[in-house]
Parts: sequence; structure tokens; C-alpha cells
Amino acid sequence: MNLTLLWSTFNLGLLYGLLVLGVFITFRILNYADLTVDGSLPLGAAITAILIYTGTNPFLATLAALPLGALAGLMTGILHARFSITPLLSGILTMIGLYSINLRIMGRPNVPLLKHGTIFDALTGLGISLRASQTVIALAVIILVIVGLYLFLSTELGQALRGTGDNEVMLRSLGVNTNRMKILGLAISNSLVALSGALIAQYQGFADINMGIGMIVIGLASVIIGEVVLGVKSIPGRLCAVVVGSILYRLAIALVLRIRFIEYTDLKLFTALLVTIALISPKISKRFKQAHKLAVAEEGQKDGLSEKVGG
Amino acid sequence: MRWPKKDKKMDYQRKLAVNMLHISNLYKIFNYGEVNEKIALQNINLRLAAGEFVTVIGGNGAGKSTLLNCIAGVYIPDQGTIHLDGREITRLPDYQRAASICRIFQDPMTGTAASMTVEENLALALRRGMKRRLVRAITEKERKLFRDKLARLELGLEYRLTTPVKLLSGGQRQALALLMATLVRPKLALLDEHTASLDPKTALRVLELTRTLFEKENITTLMITHNMEQALRMGTRLIMLHEGKIILDVNDGEREGLTVAKLIELFHAASGEKLQNDRLLLA
Repeated sequence: MNLTLLWSTFNLGLLYGLLVLGVFITFRILNYADLTVDGSLPLGAAITAILIYTGTNPFLATLAALPLGALAGLMTGILHARFSITPLLSGILTMIGLYSINLRIMGRPNVPLLKHGTIFDALTGLGISLRASQTVIALAVIILVIVGLYLFLSTELGQALRGTGDNEVMLRSLGVNTNRMKILGLAISNSLVALSGALIAQYQGFADINMGIGMIVIGLASVIIGEVVLGVKSIPGRLCAVVVGSILYRLAIALVLRIRFIEYTDLKLFTALLVTIALISPKISKRFKQAHKLAVAEEGQKDGLSEKVGG
Repeated sequence: MRWPKKDKKMDYQRKLAVNMLHISNLYKIFNYGEVNEKIALQNINLRLAAGEFVTVIGGNGAGKSTLLNCIAGVYIPDQGTIHLDGREITRLPDYQRAASICRIFQDPMTGTAASMTVEENLALALRRGMKRRLVRAITEKERKLFRDKLARLELGLEYRLTTPVKLLSGGQRQALALLMATLVRPKLALLDEHTASLDPKTALRVLELTRTLFEKENITTLMITHNMEQALRMGTRLIMLHEGKIILDVNDGEREGLTVAKLIELFHAASGEKLQNDRLLLA
């Protein structure tokens, strides 16, 4: 793998990092598997692409993704919290609805941006390459979001959000309207996911109606990879870890693509396998450990050392 | 039956005291109109004076937890009213009552947030019933307060402020839950068999803690227990539920001479049934 490819992989990993941070908020902090992301990522891409296409400043076009993504999360949250629809189904409903909305926003299935200036061109005037400009801007956004999330999660409101995901019964008994907390968490999460979509569209030079398919699985894969590889416990550590997970995931994809008989279209299968393995491996390793313990205990008993082992 | 006839002075004081909790004519029916309809509470009338510590006993399915859940707002009753300190709360959602009601659960896991640290749990409890703002959740001053309060538990938790609660033992978690409940003084405390899932030695410690944090502080308390001995020793008044009704209500004067055996006799007399050989007897 050459350096240029490695560099682009890194950049793309950072941009998908925003998606992963969004998934981290719902999946890990709120304990809520939110499928809205498959719709809110192309939503962000769609609004930004069409705005740039029609001549809006790329910065403003990118920022427009945030409130729209939040709105998508709000919708899912209301379906779940107000009308008691299960988390999975509320997410699916919003996601399907967004498919039509995204098409309406773009007016066609694909909006090309190749002839238009994007947010990543902002620094090329300073004499640095487009790739370096992408890295600088992506890093800046990621750092801003991580710091922002960390600060938010250490406020009273942020702690109530964390508590809601951990122990809803207790938080209600402490006077927290947990429904409102879930809606808030979903809104924040999906605004980040939409921002991710907005930046990815500009990075790849187009927005496509189908670019959201499987985003939730990619998000989960990255969250799990980051947690397993870095194994950190603190909140800021975990926020950084999942972004690293996103980069590692992109790297894994790039490596897999180099295997001769694998086509680009096989990637979704690969991702599904990866997430499956990641989800079941803790259970398997637990069983191995138990079997090992049992074996040790039996060994001890044979030697008449059972008390030492047992105690 | 409620007021002791011999103790005139106490009677007078009781009447002077405000009713902290006033439940009247309360009904709760589950699965109304279906085959498995269950009348969980029927015509419950109960007044608790401010500072009264009441133990609640009764067999399985007697309606003890349903009563507590109605007061806490988890269930909305089908009929009747609940007033807390003069204000009607019958239909208020649970999180809106939380400012004045604290709850301790049977399972220590329910009373604390496992993945969060000791100080984060305490900080959440310190703002019980308050609006959660966009300001730092734990200040240095509060940290010091937490350390002082934890030191009084004598469990060494004051050195473990940043330990995730899931690493604590069941007893430690329940002690922490008790402290969290009293961090903001509640008007009413609801304890639902909070020692039942602990080993006997730890249960005793938690009970002792209940005495110092609730009884001695004169916090109006309703405490469900399966243990008759416990029900007689704790607090100032005992009520017994059976099939959704209050069938026994004895206070201090009458309670003094009471033993577990007599309590069972009273149960027979009041319910007209033989007490089955369930947890209530064995406890």
C-alpha cells in the first residue's frame, strides 16, 4: 500500500469518525441502536451538495446539515419516547421516510460536485495540497467535536444523558425526564452523522441517494474496533478511541480490497462479518476463560489444593 | 385503633402534626375487564404524619409494591387521591414528583448507575428534582461534601470517588443509594425491601444506616419489608396489607408488646384466613 492511499484512507477515516461519534452517543451512551443514521448521513450529504451546487458558500452549506440531522434524530426520538415504538422500528421509520425526503432535496439520485469549490479547497490557496487541506480541516472538525462532546458530557445535562442510558428507572426517580434526554441524545447524534455526510459528499465529489446504506453497521464496527484495540475507559479516551476505530476500519477495508478475488461490492458482507465477530467474541472469550478456570480448579482438586484455588 | 388511648399527650401531638402523606379511597386495578383482571389495591386510606416511619408488611401479591409505585407515580391509580404535604400528586408523572419523594429499590443495581463513578452518581442525586443545566456537573466544593458524607458511612468509599459503581459490592451500592436518597432532604422516602437481596450481615448494616439516615432525621418514610422482626423493630408504626387492603394498622403504643407470633395471630383475626407458609412467616 503506497503512502498516498494510506493518507486518503486516514482522511476518510476521520470524516467517517463523525458518523462513528454519533453512533457512539446512541449505541454506547444512550444504549439505543439507532438506524436513523442510514437516512441522516445522506440527508446531510444531500442538503450540502444541493446548496453548493446552487452556489451557496461551502461553509454555510456544510453547517446546514447540522439542524437537519438534529431534526431527523428528533423525529426518531418522538416516535420512540412519545409513542412507545421500539428503538429499532422508530429508526427504520425515520430512515425510510428520509429516503424520499433526500430525493426531494436533491431533485435527482445523484448530485455531482466536481466542478464546484468545497470546504476542502479553503486551504489550498495557502499553497498546500488538497490532501493536506482535507487532513487539516477533518482533524480540526473532529477535535472540535470531541472537545465539545467531552465538555457537554461533563455538564449536569450531559450526566443526566449518560445516566439515562445506564439506568432509566433511577434517573426518573431522580426527577429526570428520560424521554426528553433520549430525544436530545438522538438529535445530537444525528446532527453529527449528517455533518459526516456533508463532509464525505464534498470529499468524494458527489452526493448519492444510496450512500447511507449500511452506515449503522460501519458505525458499530468502528466503535467496537476502537474500544477493543485501545481499551480505554474514560469518556474522553473512548471518544478518541472510536475515531481511531473509524480509521482502522477504513484501513482494514483498503487492505481487504487488495485481495484479488474481492470486489468492491463484497465490502458490505465483509463489514457484516466483522461486526458479527466483534459482537460475539467477548462471549466466546468469556466462555474460554470459564472453561480455563474450571480446568484449573479441577487440576487443583486432583492435587488436593482445591481450597487454595477455591478460596 | 390507630391512636393509643392511654397516651393522651402523644395523641394530641399527632393531631397537631401535619399530614405529610394523605391517601384516600385509592384503587388500582390491573388488566381491567380481562380474564386476568387483578384488583391490586382497593379502598386504601392512609395518613402519615410528618416524620413518621412506617413499616409495611404483607404476603406476596398483597399490593405493597403497587402502593409504593402509585405514590411514586410509576402507576397512576384508577380511583382515589394522593396528597403530599397538602398538594395533590395523584396524576403527576414520576419524574415531576421526584423533588419531594426519594426511592430505594430492592435490587442495588436499580438504585445506582453502574457505569458511572461514585461521585457522578452522587452528583446526579444532589440535583434530584432540579433542572439539569449546561454547567459543570461536579464542583470541588461538592466533591468535598461527598467525601464528608461518604466518610460517615464508614465503608471507605470516600477514597473511591472516581470508582465506577459496578465495581462496588451489593451492600456498598445500597449504602450509596441510601446516601443518594438523603442528599437532598425528601418529604417522603419509599423503601421497597431494600435489604432483601443482601446477605444477613450486610442487611443489618444497611438497616442500621436506614435508622441513622431516615429515622433519626425524622424523614417521613414508608418501608416495605418481608421480615416481621424487622417490621416490629424499625420505625413507629406498622401496617399490614392483604389482598390490596390495609388489614392492620398499629402504632407505637400497641406495637410495643407485639411479637412475631402475635402479629401472625392478628393477621388471622383480621384477614379471616390462615397465613400460608410463605416468605412472610419464614422471614
